[in-house]
Amino acid sequence: MGLESSKWAIIFLVCWCLGDGNTSLQKLATSIVFFFCLSDVSCNSVEQKIYVELNNTVPCVRLLNATHQIGCQSSISGDTGVIHVLESEADLEWPLSKGPNPPYMVLLESSLFTRSIMMKMKNESNRVAGVAVVVPNTSPPEFSPHTTCPNENTGVYSDNYGPNLAHCNTTVWNPRGNGLSYEEFDFPVFSLKEDNETEFIKQCYLDHNRAVNGSAPQYPLCAMQLFSHMHAVTNTPTCMRRNDINFSINPEMVCDPLGDYNVWGSIRPYNDTVFGHKENESVVIAAARLDSRAFFWEVSTGAEGSVSGFVTLLAAAQALREVTHEAPPTRNILFAFFQGETFDYIGSSRMVYDMENGKFVIDLDNIHSVLEIGQVAVHSGTNLFLHSDPVSRRNNTVNDEVREELFSSFFSSTAGLSFLLVEPNVSQPLPPSSLQRFLRAQPIPGIVLADHESAFNNRYYESFYDNAANLNLTYPSDLSPEEQLEFVTDTAKSLTDVATVVARALYKQAGGNESLVNNIKADPKIVTQMLYGFLVSSNNSWFQAVMAPELKNILKPSPPEYYVGVAMSSTPTRLVQYLLANLTGAATNLTQSQCQKPDELPNESRQMYSYLWVQGIVPPNSTERDSFCVRASVRLTKAVSPAFELGEYASKDYSTWTESRWKFIKARIFLVASRDLEMLTLGVGVAVLFTSLLVTYFISTKADVLFSSTREPASAAY
Amino acid sequence: MTAAVFFGCAFIAFGPAFSLFIFTIAKDPLRVIILIAGAFFWLVSLLLSSLVWFIATKATNAQDLTLQKNLLIFGSIFSVILQEVFRFAYYRLLRKANEGLAAISEEDGPPLSVREMAYVAGLGFGIMSGAFSMINTLSDSLGPGTVGMFGDSQYYFITSALMTLALTMLHTFWGVVFFEGCERKRWWVIAVVLCVHLMVFSLSLLNPFYVGSILPVYAIMLLMAVWAFFSSGGSLHNITLLWTCRKSNTETSS
Repeated sequence: MGLESSKWAIIFLVCWCLGDGNTSLQKLATSIVFFFCLSDVSCNSVEQKIYVELNNTVPCVRLLNATHQIGCQSSISGDTGVIHVLESEADLEWPLSKGPNPPYMVLLESSLFTRSIMMKMKNESNRVAGVAVVVPNTSPPEFSPHTTCPNENTGVYSDNYGPNLAHCNTTVWNPRGNGLSYEEFDFPVFSLKEDNETEFIKQCYLDHNRAVNGSAPQYPLCAMQLFSHMHAVTNTPTCMRRNDINFSINPEMVCDPLGDYNVWGSIRPYNDTVFGHKENESVVIAAARLDSRAFFWEVSTGAEGSVSGFVTLLAAAQALREVTHEAPPTRNILFAFFQGETFDYIGSSRMVYDMENGKFVIDLDNIHSVLEIGQVAVHSGTNLFLHSDPVSRRNNTVNDEVREELFSSFFSSTAGLSFLLVEPNVSQPLPPSSLQRFLRAQPIPGIVLADHESAFNNRYYESFYDNAANLNLTYPSDLSPEEQLEFVTDTAKSLTDVATVVARALYKQAGGNESLVNNIKADPKIVTQMLYGFLVSSNNSWFQAVMAPELKNILKPSPPEYYVGVAMSSTPTRLVQYLLANLTGAATNLTQSQCQKPDELPNESRQMYSYLWVQGIVPPNSTERDSFCVRASVRLTKAVSPAFELGEYASKDYSTWTESRWKFIKARIFLVASRDLEMLTLGVGVAVLFTSLLVTYFISTKADVLFSSTREPASAAY
Repeated sequence: MTAAVFFGCAFIAFGPAFSLFIFTIAKDPLRVIILIAGAFFWLVSLLLSSLVWFIATKATNAQDLTLQKNLLIFGSIFSVILQEVFRFAYYRLLRKANEGLAAISEEDGPPLSVREMAYVAGLGFGIMSGAFSMINTLSDSLGPGTVGMFGDSQYYFITSALMTLALTMLHTFWGVVFFEGCERKRWWVIAVVLCVHLMVFSLSLLNPFYVGSILPVYAIMLLMAVWAFFSSGGSLHNITLLWTCRKSNTETSS
């Protein structure tokens, strides 16, 4: 027992608790406690001697759908295990059978994070307390934790519609997928970065846990404790039923449905209060998806999987802005960005449901055709493929529409570009795409643009390695962040070409003036700025300029996370909303208060447009931003699965994904002592207690004999 | 580390104090009051000395670790001195109170002898001192981890408990010896108690060299136990009396 500073802190604390002196003393004690604990001297240094908190960890959480639960679970007071750094697959013997101190916490390098190793640990999960995966900065050759056939049960292909195409019977879209994201583990799995903390953990393992010459390692051993207790169990109907139990004033929610908002914008505005079918209105829908996922919670980067698609669509929308003002096409073009597509098409199924039930500004019958942009990370020399649905093309009108109009719009737009547009084999189904949900409702001619002919080219589909490096987004090393923002990379150039093709095809599809088509060009500067903002750092000057002042805190020095989440406030949705507004809308002269209440002005109407107050750029010679009001026909619509609106939590038609709730998630490492030492301590304690009881009893009964030499009179009060 | 260590260390540190309380103090309300008041006096002494230390640390550079360690040592020495001062103050208070208690009690004379008050006051000091030393460490011993990640010894909890036990008993013995010395106007006793307290404190600075700190402290505790026994009215004669009483009891009963 050294006289540590902790003793002094507890002095004050207990003084405050037990102080039966006058109140001024109590006040003095409380104030000292307060100041002391706020100072940089820690309040509890014994705890600091024992535990090291791990701060840069990401857990894997539990998700549930109508029939299953997936993800990871820890026990309510955390799972503790002796750390074992796995060296190879054969080394799994030690934690699973040979090691003498189960349970073990297995630390994996990312090259060992494979399906076979995880499944072996899942089968022996009474000896495995948890898994920690070290995610390196460089990517392995390939890794996709998603299933081989994404969204196979909620697409259009089923036993009734193209049964030979259903369940990836003809084309396996994601052959590299190992399905780890959809497995259920009953131990926690955390990811660690390759930084000082991980080095510390490995050093602790090397110091304490290594077996010397085959003998068991000596106590104390280095151990890790992971807390990620999830409240929801079994499946979505169960957890939604438990959400509704209200015995107490504060009902405990156990899960939340996944969802966010879809972003849509159109060339000609629609009145936001008039829903349902619009007479003589024919709309071309241009769609892309916004979200992606990874094995671990929230760290999804989705560069090739989703960012390439929606950046291209935003660039195409910007390219179409001028020409559609000068020479508006006959049909309207509606740009739709769907959220939640990774989880059984949450966003697109909700939009189709709204259209079917007259809750959207247009109807399914108003749709002329759909053009969707899938994964388009085209490199020079590769081709783009126009996927279409063979089953709906058996219908001649649809087939003609697809062939005559859609394909020809595309093929005539590719002059002077570095890639070719190719139509894949006619009997190939559509890849997983939002168009499939539209086809479920009604046969609509549609095309999905992608860089893969059959299986995905993306080696990291829905994984945390699908980042800027996967798109070959590299910058010269001597540039500052602002210079990197402006630098036009090769990736940006090729995506600009794709955006040009898309814009021209959309214009022609919408019946625009043919002679103006070749003037449509996407701007590579905007594309490269968007790629920088969405894949490298969202806190840059351009994003700051287009965002609203109250939202500027969502911009961070890292790329945004594309997981759809449950909070209805996902960063990519907001960014795309404001970008689409800035790129397709018009800057107005309204003041900030007018921007909030535009209906008072004669020519402005909130029903037709949305008015967004954005920060604007900082002019060179001042510090104040040049904020202004943007008027654009850009709206958000709720993207929560219709299953939750209808209360059909076991629905087979709609997405039923929910995310479990949890109290806290943390990880820490410490040393554990041997059971023998603990029992020895307990034994000594019990012995001391009994001995002291006996001795005290004995002495107190014999006290008059022992302490009798100078007895004072009448002191027999014992 | 776990519940086993928690209970083991709690029993080691507070077992003797608990048994002393149960068998000698709990039945008499006056003794309980004197015990609690003694604990409070110790608390106040610690509060005041902590104030001094706190002001000293705030007034100096927090990053200079050797300076902070020296300030801690200085603060602790000041605290030891202040504890003994408060022990003396408590003695004066109890003497004054004893006259008042004698006046209102039904029997002739004071209800508690100075010796009994000395013992109870010492035990009060000891219990509160032990609580402060040990409660913080005990609460951390409940978690799954043990000390040692940064090079500390893994016997930290056991040795803390043993030191706390020694300190509790030492305070009790010091109380007895101190009050007896004050009664007999032997002022050198006070100086000796102060010096022994300082010696125990400096031995505790030797941690984690536990052999060098715990064994001498226990030796000092035994010496103080003997001294307290003799100064509270015991003698070798009484011990032999006890032994022969027992022997004769066993002879007569068998």
